[in-house]
Amino acid sequence: MSATQQFCTFLLDGLFFGVEVEKVQEVIRHQETTRVPLANRAVGGLINLRGQIVTALDLRRRLELAERDRGVVPMNVVVRSDDGAVSLLVDEIGDVVEVQENEFEPPPDTLQGMAREMIRGAYKLKTRLLLVLDTERAMKV
Amino acid sequence: MSEMDEIIKEFLVESNDNLDQLDRDLVELEKEPDSSELLARIFRAIHTVKGTSGVLGFGKLESVAHVGESLLSRMRDGKLRLNSKIATGLLKMVDALREVLQSIDSTGGEGDGDYSSVIAQLKQLLESALEERTPLGQILVEKTEQAVQEALAAQHAGDGRKLGEILVERGAVSPDILNEALRLQQSEAGSHVSGSSIRVDVNLLDKLMNLVGELVLARNQILQFTGTETDSAFLGTAQRLNLITTELQEGVMKTRMQPIGNVWSKFPRVVRDLAAQLGKQVRIEMEGTETELDKTIIEAIKDPLTHIVRNSVDHGIEMPEERNASGKCEEGRLTLRAFHEGGQVNIEIHDDGRGIDLERLKQKALERGQISAEQTARMSEREALNLIFRPGLSTAQSVTNISGRGVGMDVVKTNIEKIGGTVDVHTVKGEGTTLKIKIPLTLAIILALIATSGCERFAIPQVSLLELVRLEGEQAEQGIERIHGAPVYRLRGNLLPLVYLNQQLELGNSAHGDAVNIVVLQADDRQFGLVVDEINDTEEIVVKPLGKQFKGLSCFAGATIMGDGKVALILDVLGIAQMSSVVTEVRERAALETEHRATDSAVGRDAWLVFQVGRSRRMAIPLSAVSRLEEFPAKMIEPSGSDWVVQYRGQIMTLIDIAQELDGENATEKQQTLQVIVYSKQGRSVGLIVDQIVDIVEEAVAMESDEVKSDRVGSAVIQGRVTDLLNVEALMKNPNLQEARR
Repeated sequence: MSATQQFCTFLLDGLFFGVEVEKVQEVIRHQETTRVPLANRAVGGLINLRGQIVTALDLRRRLELAERDRGVVPMNVVVRSDDGAVSLLVDEIGDVVEVQENEFEPPPDTLQGMAREMIRGAYKLKTRLLLVLDTERAMKV
Repeated sequence: MSEMDEIIKEFLVESNDNLDQLDRDLVELEKEPDSSELLARIFRAIHTVKGTSGVLGFGKLESVAHVGESLLSRMRDGKLRLNSKIATGLLKMVDALREVLQSIDSTGGEGDGDYSSVIAQLKQLLESALEERTPLGQILVEKTEQAVQEALAAQHAGDGRKLGEILVERGAVSPDILNEALRLQQSEAGSHVSGSSIRVDVNLLDKLMNLVGELVLARNQILQFTGTETDSAFLGTAQRLNLITTELQEGVMKTRMQPIGNVWSKFPRVVRDLAAQLGKQVRIEMEGTETELDKTIIEAIKDPLTHIVRNSVDHGIEMPEERNASGKCEEGRLTLRAFHEGGQVNIEIHDDGRGIDLERLKQKALERGQISAEQTARMSEREALNLIFRPGLSTAQSVTNISGRGVGMDVVKTNIEKIGGTVDVHTVKGEGTTLKIKIPLTLAIILALIATSGCERFAIPQVSLLELVRLEGEQAEQGIERIHGAPVYRLRGNLLPLVYLNQQLELGNSAHGDAVNIVVLQADDRQFGLVVDEINDTEEIVVKPLGKQFKGLSCFAGATIMGDGKVALILDVLGIAQMSSVVTEVRERAALETEHRATDSAVGRDAWLVFQVGRSRRMAIPLSAVSRLEEFPAKMIEPSGSDWVVQYRGQIMTLIDIAQELDGENATEKQQTLQVIVYSKQGRSVGLIVDQIVDIVEEAVAMESDEVKSDRVGSAVIQGRVTDLLNVEALMKNPNLQEARR
């Protein structure tokens, strides 16, 4: 029996992603964002999280996925970092999933581009693959 | 165990405070070795440290403090007088104690430092003082005691005067000593208030400050609702909330305020040690030690100030012989001054030393290849002086272990600018150097103007704001002119370059009406107009830093939460000005080169109006001399005497055809419409006929003085092209002008 790890999961353009549960500060519904002109494209804007100003990153753009359809409001996964909290904008929130360490496998070499840098690997769940997001890398815009 | 930790922590904090005070008092005592008040205080401090460390079982501390205490007790009893040797010994002891305390703080133990040499030194000092003689102090004390007894008897006998008066009159006590005693009496009475202050953890204060910041935001939100509510009870409550919040905010801000004296207090020691080491004599004077600053700012300026002070002593103040030779008092003077002015704190550090040798500074910069020989020659005094803020430059003749390694002033400048301050340096050769530092009182809460552009709200710090201009209707259409595409507005006769915020920030077109709102801003020494869609209000905002994702964006200084809970960005006025080339100087070190590119004090960095005369002559005049740009149909030009004139704004204005004056070409006959620059100086206006207005540039312009063709024209390089600089004054005065016209 190998060690287990809990992941907070979410959907992004049909892909199933996960972030270690202890890194997630909270999950909140859509917040009004203030856009930051001239900032990196991946920056969704700034949100007011109970008096804290938190940068929201559009993960679709960060991972170079297709743009979200108009009218679809993203959810915020607020992740802790050394530099304060950062919110990741995702399509849909999934359950917290418990995985076995031995189910993990690093990404194949055929994975290229931005995603290569930010996906640490995948847990082979029974029905689908859980992609592990490297939040530190994702935050470094 | 944790209780023990608590006690030790308390002891460390208290002892460190005591030692800091000791540093100050010992240096002070050196100046007035007979002050019984100081001696008593020093003795008490050491005694406390010794006693407590004994109780807590810190043997090393106790033994070091013990010898110091015995030495001090002799001095207190008047058997020994402080001299510089003893002072140095005692200061060494303080350092030793501090080292042990530090070790206890970090490791819990006293460390394995060996302090036997310090102890031996102190013991030796003690022994050398122990030659038996009837101590002078004892004689004095006995004599005074007798006099006091007599005076008391006199009072008993009906003398209604105060004891002190009687003693002075009888010559038993000098008025100085009496005053000292009275002061001591006062301070002893006053020391009872010490119970009214407590120590507070800085983290707690920081947290409080943050919370108050939140409260201010919540208050702002509530106040927005009051606009739509009519319930009088609610309105009243909101009003009260408003007042209380403001007061609370002020109160909490005050708790974070500290007198600048806290930083300065260690300087006497620094100066003393440094001066002794260098064989110099330096007296330090401080004014405005009570000037208060936010704690974070105090922290931030500590190192830069120390550096400046060390610098002043090391290279500013001369050796005693040198001072003597130049007719100065042997003892150098270092003055620190702090005062509030216009919401800012001014700190001045002045030394009466030799001043900064500009020639050597230039020479050094040249040697290091930071500037070219050409630049050196052209450099103004100011620019040369600013070389000291370049990395890697030092004028010290020899590199000492104190300074002269060329690291420092650039860091000082960077650190002070980081907290929104400025550094300025003035020097007079042979008389001294003054560094002037201006820093904001606090960083957390600022007053800002809220403006809208491209449907987004932005906060503009009030400190940069000069005025607001609103153009409506016809004015809006005609008020903004373009010089080769660059929009300008004539603000009281001067051309104000305009920057459209929505264009700068690529916000897309904004749905503004026919009115134009111009926010006139000051960036460095330049003014510019920021065009926004709408001006909302001024508000107190809490500045929050932006995440590291926005590091490269110089146009924003931070963000804030507005009354409606939404986030708004705070504009960095200087950043915007740089982005839009209003200020051409880029503040990166790598770009310093361009900043200092060939300038001359007579011409200097300025805004220039560049125009074309004849077919190919490129010329420029200072923008500040230009009051308007006009176009006149050729038929409006009328002859008047020997001049060509035009009716302009109800007056007759003389026109000068530059092409004709300089090259003998006549522009007036070639064109249907004449481009005229209205040049004004001292109330006189004259129209300069040119062929084409080219551009407004802001550039440090170098006059090629050896290439001056006549008193009317000089040459310079502007935007990389040779451009003639027109001296309109000379042109107007020139008698040839009159002849040419005939």
